[in-house]
Amino acid sequence: MPLVPDPGRRLALEVTSFLVRRARWSPLELAFWVIAAASFWLFPQKHLILTEICIWGLFALSLDLILGYAGIISLGHAAFFGLGAYAAGLLAKYGWINEPTVALVVAGLLAAAVGFVTSFLVLRGSDLTRLMVTFGVALILGEIANKFSDITGGADGLQGVEIKPLLGWFELDIFGHVGYAYALVVLFVLFVIARRVVRSPFGLSLQAIRGNPLRSAAVGIAVNWRLVAIYTLSAGYAGIAGALLAQTQAFASLEMFSIERSSDVLLILIIGGTGWLYGGLIGALIYRLLQDQLSELTARYWQFWIGLILVAIVITGRDRVGRWLAPVTRLADEIARWRPWTARAAPTREAP
Amino acid sequence: MAPVLETRGLDKHFGGIVAANEVSLKIEKGARHALIGPNGAGKTTVVNLLTGVLRPTAGKILLDGEDITNLPSHERVRLGVARTFQINQLFADLTPIETLGLAISERLGRGHDWWRIVGSDPSVTNEIVELIERFRLGDVMRERTGILPYGKQRLLEIALAIACKPRVLLLDEPAAGVPEDERHDILATVEALPKDVTVLLIEHDMDIIFSFADRISVLVNGSLFVEGEPDEVARDPRVKAVYLGETFDG
Repeated sequence: MPLVPDPGRRLALEVTSFLVRRARWSPLELAFWVIAAASFWLFPQKHLILTEICIWGLFALSLDLILGYAGIISLGHAAFFGLGAYAAGLLAKYGWINEPTVALVVAGLLAAAVGFVTSFLVLRGSDLTRLMVTFGVALILGEIANKFSDITGGADGLQGVEIKPLLGWFELDIFGHVGYAYALVVLFVLFVIARRVVRSPFGLSLQAIRGNPLRSAAVGIAVNWRLVAIYTLSAGYAGIAGALLAQTQAFASLEMFSIERSSDVLLILIIGGTGWLYGGLIGALIYRLLQDQLSELTARYWQFWIGLILVAIVITGRDRVGRWLAPVTRLADEIARWRPWTARAAPTREAP
Repeated sequence: MAPVLETRGLDKHFGGIVAANEVSLKIEKGARHALIGPNGAGKTTVVNLLTGVLRPTAGKILLDGEDITNLPSHERVRLGVARTFQINQLFADLTPIETLGLAISERLGRGHDWWRIVGSDPSVTNEIVELIERFRLGDVMRERTGILPYGKQRLLEIALAIACKPRVLLLDEPAAGVPEDERHDILATVEALPKDVTVLLIEHDMDIIFSFADRISVLVNGSLFVEGEPDEVARDPRVKAVYLGETFDG
């Protein structure tokens, strides 16, 4: 046994290191982002589809914040995606805000504001109520966009959007190179913020609420306000995802509010797994690449295979998939702990 | 002495069922007060009313003379009323470290801190360590709560209430379901609570009650039946009748 100070102090160190490790970037995570950044140079001809994957990933990440961390199920998350898309499109089209990055933030804030107002509707009730309420909100917003067709273009979509260069300098090209870099940077920044938030005391309280709302209130957590806060943040993220799509495509359409989009994002998140933030990103990658491959194979029936995969995932259960991956995560863990300069000092579990 | 916690004519009806009927309790500061009664007497209902899980049909609840009848649960916790549950109510996916860290952060008003990392604050970690030592949870502190042995979960259940640093602690059958040889651990932690913490204990086990309580209220069919010092209550023929009656009922 190594020399240890008194047991109390040792325990304190262990508790602190447990909490710190919980927040530390693991090598697998770093590798993920290195590969994501490298993809910009590795696959220049794939930038359009990669941009789409980033946007789906960000959208699914926004859903993970409420579903994976706070246990709020939604079948209308496209409400905020569409709202952000139209906000960014209209801001550019009518020249209200010409700088795309500023417009992106404004679109996100607008979606967050609507998220805040509608969050009070999802506080109460069962999952079924929440499904219906969120679905209803998406229908309402989509119909509003349809109704004001003289400014939104109605069913034809918002056309004639012209996006000015990013930061006055980087023109969005038709090959999507700048668009991809833009989407990737936005995704990364928002991911880092979300990662931080879910590991904060606030994020921990959300997980507690998802696990046991009764006990959460009994330790002094203002359950409803926490849910309002995360729903608002999630709506803002979804709005930014929508705005990114509108800006990179210079177009917005009513489809962006649709139930198909809401259910697709749910599907993506479930493919990748809820409650660990990467689920949305990995799900988006798998979903979009599968869609690409399968629709080449069978242009009309690719959803058959997606459906099959979904059923297989849900029936098999994520735990089992987690067990298959266990050796990989263990290896990563060991690499993280490996300190060549202090031989065999890796913390081991204390003897009983 | 003024009571810390007081109820005045508390009623709770569920449809036609009267779960609490004109319950007027006074709990003195620092008391070790036991609330006993046969199954279905409404003891847990009283705790749920006191903590805001249920709203009374009629009546008032006062904490230090202030009306808290309409305050939501979490605000009562902030005013110093904490509880444990008869059936464990824990966070299955969190570890004991996280569970306690959560409650302590909330109490220190850091709960809505969305930027700092849990554990970056030494005042929180120090308290976590103190509770883990006191409740001997060190060997399981990194495990998911959901997979812990029942006795450990029961200890965490109580540790979590104490992490709220209550002035008034409501214990709803703290030793329920705990095997005989582990009960002592749990009761010892309850007995070691500082004297200025007021405790309302709900319990079935008469040995525990008579060794712990300095005052006993008996609840029968939602109404307060008898109240007094332990030996007074023990001698009361009506109490005997109720408990004997229950035994005969099976």
